[in-house]
Parts: sequence; structure tokens; C-alpha cells
Amino acid sequence: MEGTSTQAAAETGEPSQAAPERSFGEALLSVENISLSFGGVKAISDVSFDVKKGEIRAIIGPNGAGKTSMLNVINGFYHPQQGVITYKGEARKQMRPHKAAKQGIARTFQNVALFRGMSTLDNIMTGRLLKMRSNILLQALYWGPNQREEIRHREFCERIIDFLEIQSIRKTQVGRLPYGLQKRVELARALAMEPDLLLLDEPMAGMNVEEKEDMCRFVLDVNDEFGTTIALIEHDMGVVMDISDRVVVLDHGAKLADGTPDEIRNNQEVIDAYLGVAH
Amino acid sequence: MAQSELDTFPKLLLEHARTRGGKPAMREKDYGIWLNWTWAEAEENVRALACGLAAMGVTRGDRIAIIGDNRPQLYWSMTVAQSLGAVPVPLYQDSVASEMAFVLDHAEVRFAIAEDQEQVDKLLEIRDRCPLLEQIVYDDPRGMRHYTQDFLHSYEAVQEKGRVYNQEHPGFFEAEVAKGKGSDVSIFCYTSGTTGNPKGVVLTFDNILKTAKNAAELEGLHEDEEMLAYLPMAWVGDHIFSYGQSYVCGFCVSCPESGATVMEDLRELGPTYFFAPPRIFENILTTVMIRMEDASAFKRKMFHYFMGVARKVGIAILEKRPVSLLDRIKYALGELLIYGPLKNTLGFSRIRLAYTAGEAIGPDIFDFFRAIGVNLKQLYGSTEASVFITIQPNGEIRADTVGRPAPEVELKIDDDGEVYFKSPGVFLEYYKNDEATQETKTPDGWVKTGDAGFIDDEGHLRIIDRAKDVGKLNDGSLFAPKFIENKLKFFPNIREAVAFGHERDHVTAFINIDLQAMGSWAERNNLSYGSYQELAANPRVYEIIKGHVEQVNRDLAAESRLSGSQIHRFLILHKELDADDGEITRTRKVRRNVVTERYKPLVDALYSDAKSQYIETELTFEDGRKGKIEADVRIEDAETYPAQAPQSQAAE
Repeated sequence: MEGTSTQAAAETGEPSQAAPERSFGEALLSVENISLSFGGVKAISDVSFDVKKGEIRAIIGPNGAGKTSMLNVINGFYHPQQGVITYKGEARKQMRPHKAAKQGIARTFQNVALFRGMSTLDNIMTGRLLKMRSNILLQALYWGPNQREEIRHREFCERIIDFLEIQSIRKTQVGRLPYGLQKRVELARALAMEPDLLLLDEPMAGMNVEEKEDMCRFVLDVNDEFGTTIALIEHDMGVVMDISDRVVVLDHGAKLADGTPDEIRNNQEVIDAYLGVAH
Repeated sequence: MAQSELDTFPKLLLEHARTRGGKPAMREKDYGIWLNWTWAEAEENVRALACGLAAMGVTRGDRIAIIGDNRPQLYWSMTVAQSLGAVPVPLYQDSVASEMAFVLDHAEVRFAIAEDQEQVDKLLEIRDRCPLLEQIVYDDPRGMRHYTQDFLHSYEAVQEKGRVYNQEHPGFFEAEVAKGKGSDVSIFCYTSGTTGNPKGVVLTFDNILKTAKNAAELEGLHEDEEMLAYLPMAWVGDHIFSYGQSYVCGFCVSCPESGATVMEDLRELGPTYFFAPPRIFENILTTVMIRMEDASAFKRKMFHYFMGVARKVGIAILEKRPVSLLDRIKYALGELLIYGPLKNTLGFSRIRLAYTAGEAIGPDIFDFFRAIGVNLKQLYGSTEASVFITIQPNGEIRADTVGRPAPEVELKIDDDGEVYFKSPGVFLEYYKNDEATQETKTPDGWVKTGDAGFIDDEGHLRIIDRAKDVGKLNDGSLFAPKFIENKLKFFPNIREAVAFGHERDHVTAFINIDLQAMGSWAERNNLSYGSYQELAANPRVYEIIKGHVEQVNRDLAAESRLSGSQIHRFLILHKELDADDGEITRTRKVRRNVVTERYKPLVDALYSDAKSQYIETELTFEDGRKGKIEADVRIEDAETYPAQAPQSQAAE
């Protein structure tokens, strides 16, 4: 049972020998020269990078580096003062949240943002709202085509529940769940939107080792099974280096480095930013 | 077909498909919905997979491993193997790869049917060590897309192949099924074994069908029973209850959505026939009690009042003994307000028959369920007997016996107190282990159970311990560790206990606290703790456990033959005994030698004057990695009591 192969298999959900070389083509999203400030505070200054279709892209950096702000810019919650965001080939100055959602950008939050009084299933069903055609009155009648539509959406949600192995909490009120499971429900809700681009803000924060391993497996499985492009913020370097294809490093709002995990690991500037430099 | 010809499972399947083809045979909850398969659909599924495997080269006498959670597809796989004259070898789904390698190698398995990626990964890991393993069939395709090995096949693809094969070879399946006969080998059940490697118990169709039928007739089981299959398929009990008896009676078996949803699925299903080891009943009771502690004062009062009524008259009402009218009215009110809703929440509303076995059950737990009207009974059995040795007949149910011999079973107790039996379910042999077979089966057909016990005045069997574990203290008095441990474990706060005393001056014990029960107590008493280890070392926890130990000592003082076995010193272990560390078996039986070996410094300290002892222990995480845990474990002395004059023997 010893040896690294078991461990790798446990973490990636794949036999280690079969890990194929991954290559990616066009960019799904690119941000160019983004600058964002709040009054006098510069949160992001002149940052450019891209996320290629099908890859897992990590954004790392010390506290206050502007990572979450970057995600907020991407899904249109913040509007940058400068720069261009190109998503699915369409360039624009700023995103709008509802438009981002309609065009297939889903996200989870650093501090879980679920409807605490609703069940897991209902929370996930809210992820389907954009896909539902019938209006609220017809839904309330639950008749004919609306019934069929609801059943179709429910079935989709059930597949996600099965995929993330949360059957046992299907009808549990979300507020009563432990944090690790809430994170998983949040991921489920994001997946219910059938996103092309999934933004995960610290999906493994506050989890123990086993929960982290589970979450890693789910992130990899989502990427693999649905072909979803993933951009994630994470502090656990082990996780980042293991699961991401490319890593961009931010520090004090500026881009410090960009490259494969191996390149980042050996980048002196990154090491200095994290460990500090002797003066 | 005449009744006498239905001597194998595949023949029974064909018969059921013909006579009750439209009735449900299996159910499974998937994507939140209960799915049904009728007997006719079950037959079609079995036929397709059987033909597919035949096309892939399965021949009579092959062994087919079956690994995974309870799923219809895997139950059918057993029938598939049997219809081709091959032998199904079910494996415990949570066994680690190295444990699986032994069985696959020992049983000379050529084909394996695995539930999902997790199981396939384990098989791939040990493939080098099992050169005989040729093909692997998997049921759940999730995550399997990147597996390109040509010996991996999806269940559906094999069935597709089989449907074509079936069309090209009409009559092939029927002919193969007809070749089977009752004396053929039906299954290899590997026993988890508290010592050494597991042994492959070889059972024939006659063994399983006869015992399943005898017990079903005794209990009046019929085709409308509902049963939830949630215990490991590799365990003989599940094989008899959810497979054997389902085929014999024609009732429907349901599979839960996942291991974590069993309690919920139980509630939705409302089974009429239910089996659970004592531990599960204990967990249910603990959960109920903890929830009640959190309920409002009014509800709590009501609960305790009516539980008092139930304790007083509930069992008498269940057993149809005379009860005063006033008590009957009170009980009926309790049924309306408390017992009914409680049974409904637990999924026990419709239970006609519930069994428990495997370990002694705490009298409080046993009586609780009977008092609220669940017909819970004990049985005694073993893999070598195809389960049933004794069953408690209706109306003669007591917490401390395991009942009378089941139909066609004979019992005998030898001079050392070991229990022997003879029955139609007696196994053929241990596979490739003549030595063990001869050791267990006497030439005149008796089988050693390895348990020590006696038959009481009413003709009921009472088990006290494993025969080999019964030892002697230095002063010559009897030491039955299991008996003592069970008495300790009957306290909800104690999850596991290991007693020492053989060839020693006095008895001592290791204790594992129950994290759920003690944790809830800690919460109510504003005691914060970060881990099992921290809670276990808490002086107030020690105080409570000491109270329990002394209560056991008082009980022991009253038992004439065991009064010398009172516990003089004990400690609370710094980690929970874990199957991954090999300290207990997968069925949660303590591996005494392993525990003694691993915690030797602690055992030595128990027999010294030390007040505490430092120890470092290696432990294994779920994913197979190792870690270390260290602790200073406190050792506590317990009060002992003078032996009381023996009361009447029957009152024991």
C-alpha cells in the first residue's frame, strides 16, 4: 500500500500511469491590461492573462493580492477602470453579472453564499433558473409542459447530486450542514448552470485533508467529465501544483508570474513574495 | 416444473419469471427515484450478461469475483455466474487492495465484476499479483472513459454482446441452467477471520436453499415481504436474507441509493423484514436518545412517560400476554403519540420480523425495540452453517439467549463447553484448506462453532464467548473476555472494550469511548474538545467511565462463576480501534492478538503500578497513508466488590 502511486490515484481519481499530456488550444477568456481601483486604493493594476478552453487555471497570491477582485471583474461584479475582457471571442470593457451567467460563467464564493433555509436540492435547483422557460405562475400550476420541464431540470440536478455524492443530504437544510459539505453544495449549484467557465473562490478553504482530497477529485472530475474550463483561487500550494495546468501569480494587484506549476515553483520572485526577502 | 427440480438459483429465477414475471424482483434508488425491475426483467438482465460472459469465455467451474455495494446488477451477477456453472466469489467492497489480492489469488478468479472506478482501480493495482485474473467488467462507467485497457468491459457492453449471442444460440441459456444441480457449489464466502488469512467457505445450492427455506417457513415469510439489502454482499447473512430467501419466497429486495442514505431509504421503503447487527440498533437508539435530549421539555417529558409505559407493558403486549385494560389504553395512546411516529421516522412501521445476530445485544437496546412494538429477535449462526443454527421462537424471546435450534438443526455441547451443530446447511469444505476443514468438521458430521456456551433449562442456547478466548486467571477462575467486554459495551458511552486477564492475577481493560454519545454529553456540559484523543483523556470522562466499570464489577460480583473477573484497572485508549489498522475486523470484531501486540506498553502498564504510560502508535488513513499518534495514557483503578452468595442458577 505504500508508495506514491496509490496516493496519486487517490488524489487524481486516475491511475497515475495513464495521466495524458494535456494541451489546450484557443483562449476561452482573456483579460488584458485590467486595472481596478476603489477610490485611492489600487486593487488591480495592469494585469493580463488568459484562460484556455478546457484547462484548470489557478490564480494564487498572498492575502490582498487582488485574486477575488479579479474573479469579480471576470464575472462582472466589479467594473475595471481600464482594460479589455474577451470572453468567447467577444471583447468588451466590462462584464455584467447576469450576462456573464447567461453566457456560461458560474462561480462559487469564498464565504459560502447559499440559501441557508432551503434544502440542498432546492439550492441546486436555483442554478437551473436561467434555463427555465416557463414563468413563475405557470410553474406554480405545475401542469403539462411545465411539469415536464420541471422534471427535466430535476433530473439534471439529480445527476449532479449523484456526481458529487451528496444524495444523503438531498433534503437537508443547507444551514445545518458542515462547512465542507456546504462548499460541495455550492459547487453543485454552480454546475447546475451548465457553465462553460467555472470560477471557484477558495473551494478548499477550511477543509481537512480528506475533504480537500474529495474536493480535488471533484474539480478534476468536473473538468474531465463535462469539459468545463475552471479558474480557481486557492491557498493550498499542494493542491494548486497538483491539479492546475497553469498558474498565474498576483501580488499587490500586479502580475508577478505566469506559467506551469513547475515554472512557478522555481520562480525566485514568487518564492520571495511568499517567504519574504531579507533586506 | 416440479418443485423438487428447482434446486438452483437460476432455475428459481426462470420459474419466478414464468409464474410472477410482472411482480417486482429488485428495486434501487437512483437519481432520487426508486427504480423497479420485475422478475421477467431480472431474467432478461441475467440472461444477457450470462450469454455475454459465455461469449467472452466463462466456462463451468470458473470463479467470478463480485465487488461492490449492494446493487441489482451485482446480485444478478451472482445468478449469472451460477447459471453458467461458475462460482460467484463476493468480496467486501471496503477491503483494501492487498486483502482483495489474497482472495482473488486463493479462489483462482478469472473474471471480476466490479461496481465502479474505485473497485476497478484496486483490481488494476493488484493485477500483477493475480496472474489468473483475465477480464474485468464494471457497472458504473463514471470516470472510466480514459481507461483503455482491452480487458476492461462495461456491464452494458457485455450485455449487448450477450443479447446477440442469445439470438444466435437460442436455448443456450436454458441448457446451461438445466445443467446445474443442488449439490453443485453455489458460492465461496470468505470469512473475515479474526486470525490469519480469510478462509473460503464453500456452500452448495442445497445448503443455502434448504436453510433459507426452513427459516422462511418457520417465520412465515411470503412473496410480499419488503427487504432492504444494505449489508456487505460478501457476508453470508446478506446472501441468505437478500438473495437466498428472496429467491425462495419470491419477495422483492431493494438496494439503497448509497451507503450514506440507508436510514433515509429505510424510512421511505418501510421494510417488513429487516436484519441488522446489534451495533446498528445501538446506533439508532443512541441517535434517538440524543435527539430527544435536544427536543423541547414538553416532548421530552411525553417521550419519557410513554417509554416508561412501553417498558412496563410493551413487550407483554407484543407477546400477546395478558395486560390490564388501563395499561392497554395507555399503550394505545403512546402508540398514537410516540411509538408510532418514532417507528415511522426510523422506517420500522411495517416490520413484522427483525433479526439481530453476530454479537450479543445489550438488554436495554433489545428491550427498547421490542417495547415499542418491533418484533426484534436474536438468532445464532455462522458462515459454515449457511447462517441459521438457532432462532428465538415467537413468544420465547429473551435478551440473553439466542433461542432454540432452527428446523433440522441438532446441537451438542462438548466437555470444554464448545458448541457443535449438525444441519442441512453445513458447508462442504474450506476451499484449498483441508487442514482447517478437518479441524472444524468432525468425521461424523458435527461442526465446531468455536463458541463456548450452554443450553439452559428452557432449552435455549446461551453463548458466553469464543471458545479459544475463554481463559483462566492465575487463581484458576474462569475468564471470559467477551462476556466482560459486552457488559461494558452495553453502556452507550463505551464503543469498544478489550479485556485482559488470561494467565494474569486480575482482569484489566482497554476502553474506547463512543464519540457520538460522549461528544453530545460534552456539548451539554460545555466541555470543549478538539479530537477523540482529547476527549478520551478528559478527567471527567474518566470519571463517567469509571462509574460504568464499577457497575460492571457489581454485576460480575453477582455471577457466581465470574466474580473473579472484576476489572481492577482500566484505561481509555487514545485512538479508536480501526479496521484500517487491522485492530478490528471489517465486521467490527476485535483482533485480540493485534491489539495486545500494538499496545504492549499499555498492557504492561496496566499490570504495574504506573499512573500513566507514554505510547506512540502508527495509524493508517483511509487512503492508505500512514501517520503517527502519540499520547500519555492515564490508567485508573476501579473499585471491586466481594462475590455474593450464588442465587438460584436459573436467575442468571
